[in-house]
This record gives sequence, C-alpha cells and structure tokens, in this order.
Amino acid sequence: MVTAFDEMKGHNGGVRPAYGELARWLAEVPPDVLDYRRREAELIFRRIGITFAVYGEAEAQERLIPFDVIPRIMAGAEWRLLEKGLTQRVNALNAFIKDIYGAREILRAGLVPDDLVFRNPAFRPEMSGQSVPHDIYVHVAGIDIVRVDAETFYVLEDNARTPSGVSYMLENREIMMRLFPELFSRHRIAPVENYPDELLATLKSVAPSAASRDPNVVLLTPGVFNSAYYEHSFLADKLGVELVEGRDLFVKDEVVYMRTTQGPQRVDVIYRRIDDDFLDPLTFRPDSALGVPGLMSASGAGNVTLANAVGTGIADDKAIYSFMPEIVKFYLGEEPLLKTVPTWRCREEEHLAYVLDHLPELVVKEVHGSGGYGMLIGPAASKVGIEQFRAKLKTTPKNFIAQPTLALSTCPTCIEQGVAPRHVDLRPFVLTGRDGVRIVPGGLTRVALKEGSLVVNSSQGGGTKDTWVLDG
Amino acid sequence: MLSRTADNLYWLSRYVERAEYLARILDATQRLSALPLAYVGTSNEWESAVATAGCAHAFFKLYDEANEANVTDFLAFSTANSSSIRSCFELARGNARAVRTALTMEMWDAINGTWLELQRYGNGPTSREEFSRFLRWVQESSLRFDGSAYRTMLRNDAYWFSRLGVYVERADNTARILDVKYHLLLPENERVGGPLDYFQWAAILRSVSALTAYHWVYRESLKPWLVADLLILRDEMPRSLSSCYEAIVRNLNSIAGAYGRQGSTQRQARGIRTRLQNSRMDGIFQRGLHEFIGEFIVENNRLGASITEQFLT
Repeated sequence: MVTAFDEMKGHNGGVRPAYGELARWLAEVPPDVLDYRRREAELIFRRIGITFAVYGEAEAQERLIPFDVIPRIMAGAEWRLLEKGLTQRVNALNAFIKDIYGAREILRAGLVPDDLVFRNPAFRPEMSGQSVPHDIYVHVAGIDIVRVDAETFYVLEDNARTPSGVSYMLENREIMMRLFPELFSRHRIAPVENYPDELLATLKSVAPSAASRDPNVVLLTPGVFNSAYYEHSFLADKLGVELVEGRDLFVKDEVVYMRTTQGPQRVDVIYRRIDDDFLDPLTFRPDSALGVPGLMSASGAGNVTLANAVGTGIADDKAIYSFMPEIVKFYLGEEPLLKTVPTWRCREEEHLAYVLDHLPELVVKEVHGSGGYGMLIGPAASKVGIEQFRAKLKTTPKNFIAQPTLALSTCPTCIEQGVAPRHVDLRPFVLTGRDGVRIVPGGLTRVALKEGSLVVNSSQGGGTKDTWVLDG
Repeated sequence: MLSRTADNLYWLSRYVERAEYLARILDATQRLSALPLAYVGTSNEWESAVATAGCAHAFFKLYDEANEANVTDFLAFSTANSSSIRSCFELARGNARAVRTALTMEMWDAINGTWLELQRYGNGPTSREEFSRFLRWVQESSLRFDGSAYRTMLRNDAYWFSRLGVYVERADNTARILDVKYHLLLPENERVGGPLDYFQWAAILRSVSALTAYHWVYRESLKPWLVADLLILRDEMPRSLSSCYEAIVRNLNSIAGAYGRQGSTQRQARGIRTRLQNSRMDGIFQRGLHEFIGEFIVENNRLGASITEQFLT
C-alpha cells in the first residue's frame, strides 16, 4: 500500500505551515499533560451525557465516542477550495433529486440507468410529481471527504437523508477551548458555534409560503432509545425549538399540530431525524409507532415542510454516487471540483469480473450500507475473509460496488505510547435554504484509532477530533 | 410547552421527592428498631415502614414477613419494586434524559450525577454505617436537585409544573405517614400509650424532618395532637398538608395567569386548600382523624389525575 499523506508532516517529513504552532507545542508539552487532559475530556463528556448507542451491543447501552485531544488543522485556503466543491456538490444533489421526482431529464438523456433509480429501495414513488417548498430537498447534507495528498480531496459518500454528528463538532470545540486555552491563544481559528443559528435560519427560510412570519419549527426524534438521541436533544436546545416525538404531533385537515399544555399548536417546519420508512404509518410502514399518521398528506398539501424532504436517500446510494461527475456536469455545466472515487458497479458484468479478480486490493461496500457495516477492505482482510466475501458478491452482485483502497491522510493522534499518525476523514455539514448554501468552516473529523485501520466509523472503534480552519 | 415535556418534568420531581421520602422513612425506622423493646412496644417497625411507603401489597407478594434486611433491600435497592429509591432515581434520570432541553445544566448535572453515583452502590451497602451514609446521600441528592431547580430554572410553566410534582408528591407522602400512624396521634392515646409512644412520635416527626421545627413552633414536649396539627394544618411547616396546598394553589395560579385560562384543576386545588384553612384539630379529631386523612389522600390523587388531564396529555 502507498504511504499515506500526513497532514502535519506531508510526504517528506517537514512540518506543513498550518501545523507549525501545533508541532512546536506538541514538542514542548510533557506527555502526561496530554494524557491528563484526555482523561479530563472523557470525564466532561460522560458528565454532560454525550453518549451514543451501538446497535447489537446490549451491555454497552450508553457509550462514549473516544475523543482525541489533538486537533486536525486546515489552512484557510484549503478550506475555501473545499467549500466551493461542497457547495457545487450539494447544488447538484438538489437538482438531481428534484429532477428524479419531476421531469426526469437525466434519465431521458440516458446518463443514469432507469432501474438504478426506480428499483432503488430509497426511491419514493409517493414523491413523484409532488413539489416541495422552494424546490429544496436536501436542507442538511453531510458530505464525507477524504484527502490523499496536499491538493486532492475525494467525496467518499453523500449523506442526504439525516446525517448526524454535528453535535460532536460543536461539543468537541467547546471542550478543546476549555482544556487548551493556551493553544487557542496561539492560533486564529474560525468559529463553529454559529452552526445552530445557521441551521435555524435555513429551516425558517423553507417554511411553506402560507406560514406566519415566525414559523414554528420543531425537531422530530424517534425518542430516547435512538442512538443519536443525545444529538437531537442537544440541537433542539441550541435551536430553541421543541424536541417532539411522533406522539406529540397529530394531523387534522392536512395541518400538523403539536400537543401542548395550552392545547394544539400549529407546526410549519419539521426537522426530522426519523427515516422515511417510519415517518407516516399511513404511507410507509404501517407498524411504525414513531411517526405521525397523515404527515405525508399534510406535506403533500404544502402545509408543512419536511427537512430533509422524503426520498432524498436516493442520492446516498453508492451506485448513484458513481455517476456524480456526470450529474454535476449535467445540471450545473461545470467540472466537478471534488473528486469521486472511481467505482466499479458489480451489477455490471465487466465490472464484476474486474472486482472478483482484484479483491485483495479493493474496498467493497454495500450500495445501501452505512456506518461501516458489511464492507470488505481487501488489503486488510484475511484470505478466508476475502473468499467469504467473494461468495456473497457472486450471489447478489447488484448489492455491491467496489473502489480502489484510498490511502486516507493521517493526523497526529494521542495513543497509549504517545503521539502517532492515524487515518482521518471529514464530514462537513452543508445547509441549503431558500437564500442559498451555508457551511460552517470545518466539520467533524473522524479518526481510526487502531493502527493502520481505515475505518473511522464510531460503531467500529473510530474516534473524533476537533477540526480547525485557520486564517489565511 | 409540549404536554409530554410538562408530564416528564412533573414526574421527574415526583420521583426525586419520593426517593428522599423513602430515605427518611428508612432512617426513622432504623432509629426506632435500635431502641430497646420496652421503649417502642412490640410492633414490627419494618412492617410499618413498608406500609408508610405505600407498597405493602407489592412487598408481601414477595416476602412472608418484614425484617430489616428485606425491607431495606425492597425500599432502597430492589429493581422489582418500581418505587424503590433505586427505581425512583432510574426513572427520574430517564425522564430527565427525555426532556434534557427543558432542564438547566445544573439540574441535569444533579440528576445525572446522582444516577452515575447510584451505580457505585451496586446491590446495596454492606454495613449499617454505609447504609446510613447512603441514606444521607439520597437526601443530599434530592436537596441538590431541588435546589438547582429552584435556583436556576426560568420562572415559567416548566418551573411551575416541576414544582407541582414536588408538592403533590409531598402532600401524598405526609398523608401516608399520618394514615399509617394515625392511631398513635389520637388524643386519648396519651393516656393509653403514655410515654411508650414518645419515640414513635419523634420518629414520625423525623420522617418529615420536623423534629426541631416542632420544638420551635410549640415550645412543648411532644404531644400527639400537636404532632398532628403540625403535619396537617401548620402553614409554616413545609411538609404539612396545608403548606403543600398553599404551594399547589400558587403554582396553579401562575400557570392560569400565564395561559390566561382557569380550569377545573385550579378550582379543585382551591377547594382543598380552603377546607384545610378552615379546619381545626379538635374538629378533625371529632370527625375522625383516619377518615380525614383517607379522604385527603383520595382528593390529592384526584387532583393529580386532573393535572394530568388538563395539561399533560
């Protein structure tokens, strides 16, 4: 495998300018201070209750995501490049989804195969021919970015449904400011604390036109047993909006109301953190107790805005992902600024043949998968693991795509023996409202804490870092 | 505010208040059971503790007789008892987690810290000393939560619903003690039981933390009818029925004022409050202390149901 690009030391070992101060500081700080602060951070996290649940682990009902105290740093110029690319990407995603549920020009142009859309479980036929307020579908997107060298950023996946993790971005910064005031005094770091305000402005901007001038926004959560519940309550608090569950809402005459101590109160915008399937038992899964019966009729009538809109999951699909360069060019007439990882779609015969021949060097993922579950990382897998995966692949090739193994960049990270490079990715959060795109500088950096590991997902032992975007 | 949020706040306060009350009962019972039999008669204090906690029915499904070990476990640590101190704190923390946004950081810190600390006690302390420390810790935890609510919450409906929970629960607790121990407080009892009951009266006062208060209010040695007077009618005694209803009416008025609407709950509470204000102890004794208390418990429950119906669903 090629050696990874280290964001502090580059390829050749000299310290890159953005990391100058940090490198000096790391050299002078005694190791036990780092360790002490690390434990302090964990204590604070536990105290405020920033926990998450890992599905399938009964005993670990509430776990902490490991937090690494060494920040990940980007120069202002690097960020501006990324920002442009992200804006372009999300604009293209919105245009694509609007088209898929509307005129379907891209299908008629033959750029994306029909069945990839219509036979996709994330495609919602109910949304066909429906319009959504102000034509915006993806109000909040989490675009996962990896870096392979000083100039090259790849999008690893698009999360256009209900991306999570933004609370960690905010809390990580708070904790860093508390634990390392001396580091902050040596840098000029773009703030992230305005994210909730930007989110609220975005959500209010997309209220149905008939709503009052101060629309009523709520955050809809599946409830305390959801793995991201902490984030839901955290965001509702910062936004200053009610955190509602399905049972707090009801629909009457195609209007959504919430039950309050003063009687029913009308709801205009729902920032929903519930998957499509569970939103409305009348339209989707009838056994869902999490949703609100009639919600889809209210949104169809234009009386309430759902953010994100229903059916955006089509853009999360990893087979659709492989068409993103064409999608960007088709809708925007521009060359994509962010790279898309070359992708073999195993549904196509020649692609499958290539993949089967090259398994030890590829990463194979499920097209609808997320969270790092059910994937094969060829270079890290055992022979047996590869053969088992080969069998799966042969049975249901259309469920898989394959990509070359990228050498994700590394960042200095605290480990037991001191400080060592570990692989990272970045999830910036892109907000789209009626008045345009907003991105808070930085995002959530996830780090694979195991040596050599490329899997950064928290459910697979990944941690997080504070992400700094510097001046200049 | 959301009805569910108000409901959670209301019950959060009730659970914390109940946990503290259970700790007080256990403390008072422990003291009584440490006295020579000649001082307390032959009654089983542990059985009476279970009755005072209002869970005799559930208890005797599991045990044939009440003793220190099984009552302590049942009231403090049992997960089979949905009203044990442990269960109360677990439920309180569950409620708090569900309405994090309605709590101040200090309140969350208090209840979450309590819950984390609770895990350290495992299946219960190993010695009496440790158990006493545990009981003190429960009371301190409740004081900390109550204090953080009082000092940090905005004075709006969230605060008023959380206070309602405290006072409805407190009124119920005080009434339950009276319901179980009423026979000790009848005036004729002084002649019957004589000084034998002295320590029982002290225990009653201790379980509502009013032993010192008694002396300040009456400047007399313990008299059963004065103990009853203090717990029922005295406005200045924070756990008396009368004082609880003063607070319930006040908080319901604040809600009505903010919402610009009076409802049946407000009228009901005012009715109970007025009856308490117009009562005298000799009248209550004449009509029957036990009946009076029994009626009060029913009415207090009815008010709780009414709060739920008008605001919390």
